[in-house]
Amino acid sequence: MEKRVTFNNRLLPYALVAPQMLVTAIFFFWPAGQAIYQSAFIPDPFGLRSLFVGFGNFEFLFSDPYYLASFQTTAVFSSLVTGISMGAALWLAVMADRVIKGSGAYRTLLIWPYAVAPAVAGVLWLFMFNPNVGIVSWYLKALGYDWNHVLDGREAMTLVVVASAWKQISYNFLFFLAGLHAIPRSLIEAAAIDGASFWKRFWTIVFPLLSPITFFLLVVNLVYAFFETFGVIHTITSGGPQQATMILVYKVYADGFVGQDLGSSAAQSVVLLLVVGVLTVIQFRFIERRVHY
Amino acid sequence: MGGMVEKRGFGLILTHLGLIAGIAVLCFPIYLAFVASTVTQADIVRPPMPLIPGSHFVENYRNALFSGMNAPVWRMMFNSMVMALGITIGKISISIISAYAIVYFRFPGRSVCFWLIFLTLMLPVEVRIVPTYEVVAGFGMLNSYSGLILPLIASATATFLFRQLFMTIPDELIEAARIDGAGPIRFFFDILLPMSRTNIAALFVILFIYGWNQYLWPLLITTDPDMNTVVMGIKQMFPSGDDYADWPVIMATTMMAMLPPVLVVVLMQKLFVKGLIEQEK
Amino acid sequence: MKTMTAIAAALAAFLSATSANAATEIQWWHAFTGRLGNLLAEQVETFNASQSEYVVVASHKGNYSETLNAGIAAFRAGEQPHILQVFEVGTATMMAARGAVMPMYELMAETGTTFDPGAYLAAVAGYYTTTDGEMLSLPYNSSTPVLYVNRDAFEAAALDPDMDLSTWEQVGDALDALVAGGEDCALVTAWQSWVHLENLSAYHNVPFATQDNGFAGLDTELAFNGPVQVKHIRTMGEWARDGKFIYTGRRNEGGANFRAGECALFTESSAGYAGVKANAEFAFDIRPLPYWASVEGAPQNTIIGGASLWVMEGHDPEEYAGVAAFLNFLSTSDIQAKWHQDTGYMPITMAAYEQTRASGFYEQNPGTDIAIIQMTAKAPTPDSKGLRLGSFDQIRSIIDEELEAVWAGDKTAQEALDSAVERGNRLLRRFEQANR
Repeated sequence: MEKRVTFNNRLLPYALVAPQMLVTAIFFFWPAGQAIYQSAFIPDPFGLRSLFVGFGNFEFLFSDPYYLASFQTTAVFSSLVTGISMGAALWLAVMADRVIKGSGAYRTLLIWPYAVAPAVAGVLWLFMFNPNVGIVSWYLKALGYDWNHVLDGREAMTLVVVASAWKQISYNFLFFLAGLHAIPRSLIEAAAIDGASFWKRFWTIVFPLLSPITFFLLVVNLVYAFFETFGVIHTITSGGPQQATMILVYKVYADGFVGQDLGSSAAQSVVLLLVVGVLTVIQFRFIERRVHY
Repeated sequence: MGGMVEKRGFGLILTHLGLIAGIAVLCFPIYLAFVASTVTQADIVRPPMPLIPGSHFVENYRNALFSGMNAPVWRMMFNSMVMALGITIGKISISIISAYAIVYFRFPGRSVCFWLIFLTLMLPVEVRIVPTYEVVAGFGMLNSYSGLILPLIASATATFLFRQLFMTIPDELIEAARIDGAGPIRFFFDILLPMSRTNIAALFVILFIYGWNQYLWPLLITTDPDMNTVVMGIKQMFPSGDDYADWPVIMATTMMAMLPPVLVVVLMQKLFVKGLIEQEK
Repeated sequence: MKTMTAIAAALAAFLSATSANAATEIQWWHAFTGRLGNLLAEQVETFNASQSEYVVVASHKGNYSETLNAGIAAFRAGEQPHILQVFEVGTATMMAARGAVMPMYELMAETGTTFDPGAYLAAVAGYYTTTDGEMLSLPYNSSTPVLYVNRDAFEAAALDPDMDLSTWEQVGDALDALVAGGEDCALVTAWQSWVHLENLSAYHNVPFATQDNGFAGLDTELAFNGPVQVKHIRTMGEWARDGKFIYTGRRNEGGANFRAGECALFTESSAGYAGVKANAEFAFDIRPLPYWASVEGAPQNTIIGGASLWVMEGHDPEEYAGVAAFLNFLSTSDIQAKWHQDTGYMPITMAAYEQTRASGFYEQNPGTDIAIIQMTAKAPTPDSKGLRLGSFDQIRSIIDEELEAVWAGDKTAQEALDSAVERGNRLLRRFEQANR
């Protein structure tokens, strides 16, 4: 798509584009390039020396069973967060859609967790499940279950998944609701007249029509689970216990900034770059197709 | 299901109940945090903590605001505000003029610019933290507002959005402007900007929340507690040695950290929802 | 008129020159909050008030890891402080940072400050000294693990609080009796790797790593999966399984439980004394760390934990003169004796120890000299001088993870320690590669 009519100034466009280009070049492309370059070195943490190792950092990474495990952890974590937050959101949206009066109020009450930072969500859920003072863990103990996510890896994973998904439900809810509103009433009524039950209507009409949104949300949620959940992990588990919640993005931070192994961290960044690149390509391939809907 | 077809009473009640249950799950953690911020440490340390708000609201919030743990909360809120507004205003400004140039001008290097912008979409800062950190350190921008703001406006998501928006603006407008003898600058200010108002407002909301809720990046580049932002500062209020976590103060800080973005979302709900949904078209 | 202007100009120049002679500022970054932070601030104030040439400004930067990282980040940005408090596990990193740090002995030599390395307690300073005896950093807060006993808990379980707990065999019996007597939390610990692996190895004179625990070369390899260590961890794992040992966390989470009176025995740093004394509402004792009587050569001596002060490069000579003066100030007997008595950290000089003993402090506070006695009773062997391992903060995390697997019953002690050794060695090789 191109504009047929444009202005003819020579210098103005450069002046307009310059700030964006400058900031992007300095704070995006230069570091991104550096990430790739540096992944071939082991720098000393103080920045005084750098040892060239070629693919050495990558060899080190991929021979570390814990790094490979981190891929699996990330996959499990992202799938759970995505599945739970999208499922819950869809359910809520379907119900909110059925309600004519008050759907605005419900929407207001359901969307504000979007504004909560993942790190804050982490603190809130940590507080509820703290093994010593948390109210939920106290009631669980009263029921006979000793909750301690500091020691138990599965409980830790459960907690971070719930905290991450909780926050994301609002976002998904909004999109699903908009998508549901956009479905023509006539289609539904026609199916109802034909005698189709609620579930049948849902699976044969509504869900397929929601699929563009669903797919879009899938990618957005995956990216959210991959990256933005750093705050949740950092506040609740710091990747523990025994690296049960060590997702890839957290490991980049832990190895680079806490462990001062900048070479390994740079190599991990490059791997992440590739992963995101693939995800982005998939999303844009899809969006291209959507435009033709 | 644009609207219910069968309005059976029982089904409707179930639906309402379901929604209320959903809201309860969504809201309970925050309610609990609020209660925790109004009671004393002793109440919390001996569970179960009370479930109705206590009477120490003023005391705890005052404590948090003015002394905090390693930095007073008012200071952290201020830093957050500067960062969020800086990111919002900065990103919108450079993006809108950039998109304007790409859409409405033909100049050599235009498609290069466009593709470079395209490349930055969806590559979040978390993927390039180490080298970005070094660039910022090299400029001496650690522990500074510019260090907090600039790397986060480098991705061109907003530029792309404005581009999409401008593409939908009819050509007739620009022809009319030209006939009137208006130059590109007049066109921008008199026609384009007003037409983009709602999108700018929606983007303002989204970017403000994005900026306010930044966590990893401020964590890395601030070593001076005075430069903490409130969202990343909360974690540092947890003890690292033998001290107890001062839960009421931490929860009070948490409530305050949530307040501005939540207010923005709730008050500008329509705009925000519209902006979120349209930006993905 | 011209003369007036000239005089005014000269006066202005003179005044600005004298104000430029205002006190030289010295930046000190540290990791202390709360009580310790206040005591540290007091030291700084005393120094500042005692002279007018230098002003020390102390800033809290977070916990030990955060403070070290802040220092490193600052160095990269050219904004490093003069003095940085670095925990003992960061020693190898700091030592390898040629060009970023200025060793103590060099600082003292360059500024011409009188400095007597012999005045420092060998057991304390040895950790931070080269094999040639050159001092690299100033020990600031050093402690060693001891055993705290909750006398009231013992009595409540119908046990004699004065019972002998010198060996782990005896402690095992005590734990059995405590649990039988109704105690929920018989044993907790802090800093599990430091107490139950690093100090365990030194105390029983077995190597933690080859090459004299890393002192003799970068090609050191971990060795803590030997029979002594495996036996101890296996025993503790059984205690955990039986509910006699309650694992509360990697750092000092257990301190809260003990101080609240919930637990009977607590292995932790001697510096925990200040906190226990202030918060405990029960009678307590300090005892030496237990050892395995069945191991020949035990008890040897324990090693220190804590932090030392490193001086960073990149500052002016006059500032370094101030740094040297401050470090000497910190080493004076009065300051050291007061710090030791207030906190439970070891005094770093013989003179301070003697001064404290002469003042009758140890009689009034029984058990507070156990730490020193435990460390100095025997001359250190190559396996009990301390540790000098690169990437040790990360290695400790690995050890913590593997130990947690043992407490949870997921791995045997041998498996866990073998795994920790293997994973830790990879990091050591990487450190060696980067610092050859």
